[in-house]
Amino acid sequence: MSVVQQKAKLADIVRRDGGRGFSLTPTVTVYLALLALLVVGSILVGLNGGVLLDQGGILNILTRSTVLGLVAVGQTIVIITGSLDLSVAYLVGLCSLVAAETMAGSDGMMVPGVLLALGVAAVVGLVNGLVVTVLKVNAFIATLGVALILRGYLEDNYTGPAGSVPRAFQHLGFDRIGPVPIGVLLMLLVAAAAWWFLKRTRAGYHTYAVGGDIDVARLSGVRTGRTIVTAHVLCAVAAGLAGVFLASRLGSGAPYVGTDAGYDLESIAAVVLGGAALAGGRGGVVGTIGGVLILATLDTIFDDLAVDPFFKDVVRGIVLIVAVALYARRKLTRRSA
Amino acid sequence: MNAPTTWRPRLAEGTAPVLAVLAVLLVALAFAGPAYSEPTGYLALLKRAAPLVLLAIGQYFVIVSGGFDLSVGSLVTAEVVIAARLIEGDDANTAWVIALLLGFGLLVGLVNGLVTTKLLVPSFIVTLGMLLILDGAVFLWTGGAPRGALSPSFRVFGRGGVDLPVVGHLPWSVVILLAVLVAAVLFMRGGTGRTLVAVGDNENSVRLAGGRVDRLKVLAFALSGVLAALAAILLGGFAGVSAQVGEGLEFRAITAVVLGGVLLGGGRGSVVAAAAGALTLEALFSLLNLLGVSGALESAVQGVIIIAAVAYAALGANPRLRLRPRAGTPEPAAR
Repeated sequence: MSVVQQKAKLADIVRRDGGRGFSLTPTVTVYLALLALLVVGSILVGLNGGVLLDQGGILNILTRSTVLGLVAVGQTIVIITGSLDLSVAYLVGLCSLVAAETMAGSDGMMVPGVLLALGVAAVVGLVNGLVVTVLKVNAFIATLGVALILRGYLEDNYTGPAGSVPRAFQHLGFDRIGPVPIGVLLMLLVAAAAWWFLKRTRAGYHTYAVGGDIDVARLSGVRTGRTIVTAHVLCAVAAGLAGVFLASRLGSGAPYVGTDAGYDLESIAAVVLGGAALAGGRGGVVGTIGGVLILATLDTIFDDLAVDPFFKDVVRGIVLIVAVALYARRKLTRRSA
Repeated sequence: MNAPTTWRPRLAEGTAPVLAVLAVLLVALAFAGPAYSEPTGYLALLKRAAPLVLLAIGQYFVIVSGGFDLSVGSLVTAEVVIAARLIEGDDANTAWVIALLLGFGLLVGLVNGLVTTKLLVPSFIVTLGMLLILDGAVFLWTGGAPRGALSPSFRVFGRGGVDLPVVGHLPWSVVILLAVLVAAVLFMRGGTGRTLVAVGDNENSVRLAGGRVDRLKVLAFALSGVLAALAAILLGGFAGVSAQVGEGLEFRAITAVVLGGVLLGGGRGSVVAAAAGALTLEALFSLLNLLGVSGALESAVQGVIIIAAVAYAALGANPRLRLRPRAGTPEPAAR
């Protein structure tokens, strides 16, 4: 114990001397890691006779991060309140189905389809939030339960893709404005909105306060229940948007599109990679996007190198554990100082 | 602090409701299916439930000490795939492969525990990472699909049994299950087990009182790993080799433990209740099956009951808890 404290003091002194202005927050770390990854990846892919960061490569990385980015941005808000949402993967599939089946190929139904899908998502988020706050069920169990209910509904009613989106709606999935795909812009727009919500609004500050210490927040007059419910609804709507985007991309709704990609655990991994604390109160959208980009870059590099797909999972697992171990180490030194 | 005085409140806190539900389900099974008019029907249920009960007991150790183990499902898959690949259907390989499997489970548990305690990574993340690593590594090694075959002598633990004069055919899995359960109960009543629960309740006070918190947490993960290996041996024998054998088992085991009234976040709940929770879950699925409810709705039912069980534990069961704000959420060290 005393050794740890001494080390911590030493680290604190070093930090105080050298660390003015530019501090190595998790957000900065994650982008430095991304940069390092891009450099190493470029070299590896270059040695293999390819180019990682030409226009196609960059677009590839961005396109890969679109859906996970949408889900992870929502997940960030929930995790900051100290909650989490395991139901997003099935919700993505459900919303893609709702959107595609409502549209049923007709142009006129595009707006109702999107609105209905987002409405369904909001209701699921509301249920999540209410189960957590009113029934006082642990968020892990509450959202796992809702996820299982959604899964039962999907398995009972669908065996494969259903519904179809009109051609006009597929523009969302495939068109570009200049060089940038619309989907990427959508994702960045949602991320910017979430950033604004978290950093510039009262409700956003409350989100951090509730995650930091819920009792202190309550005693300070924050309506903690309302804050948690809001976070869950926003998270679900973000997942709903991901589902709508996937419907546009696939041309129909697919029940297991979310779970096949493992968006539930993957989005949590991205958020945590971005420097958020699972216990809540710490983290941010900018870091999360960095985490998503790291995962997408890893994928792209491995594809370019034609690495065995199963190897990706191994690396992902290691990256996740190492990253969080590094953050935890820093937090330890900071806290005990 | 002699045994009866501490046993009673525990029984009242989480074990009684789940045992009541289990009893109702078992009686309902007797009415719903002719197979359950004899003890053999229940033995078959116990045999089916054995792997999940083992996983639930392992998960209980981790949860009661304040952690999560999400890696058990992929660990079960990994173990079964490894067993098939190494045994190649040859009986001569059975013994050393079983030893290796248990060793591998122990190793995975130790790594989970050491990373959690020494590198201070939340167990949710550690075991999530382990899940990814195991999923990837096993199929990297086998080249995408399970290969090889299990030997008959390996499968005997999951399928076979011993004929006894009174009870008739007693499956090995039930014998193993009972042995593990008795050992787990004795362990939890001993000093180490009690300290483990205390770690889940308030880690800092255990540390200040001189308890070896890190060592206990590592022990919990190691036990979970070994029990997952044991469950894999039973499941492999019972269900055979597939890449999906362990799918979703981690969440099912957590469901079972929570159904047994064990508090996520640690510090409360008994191992018997966790085992009863697993048996209840399996009995419920059997009942739904007999009643002709589609298998697809199984997960929806599972979802409703875990929410209901935890909500009941947080709100209804104990008026004392109702007064305490947000008693259902894990707030380690908050109290």
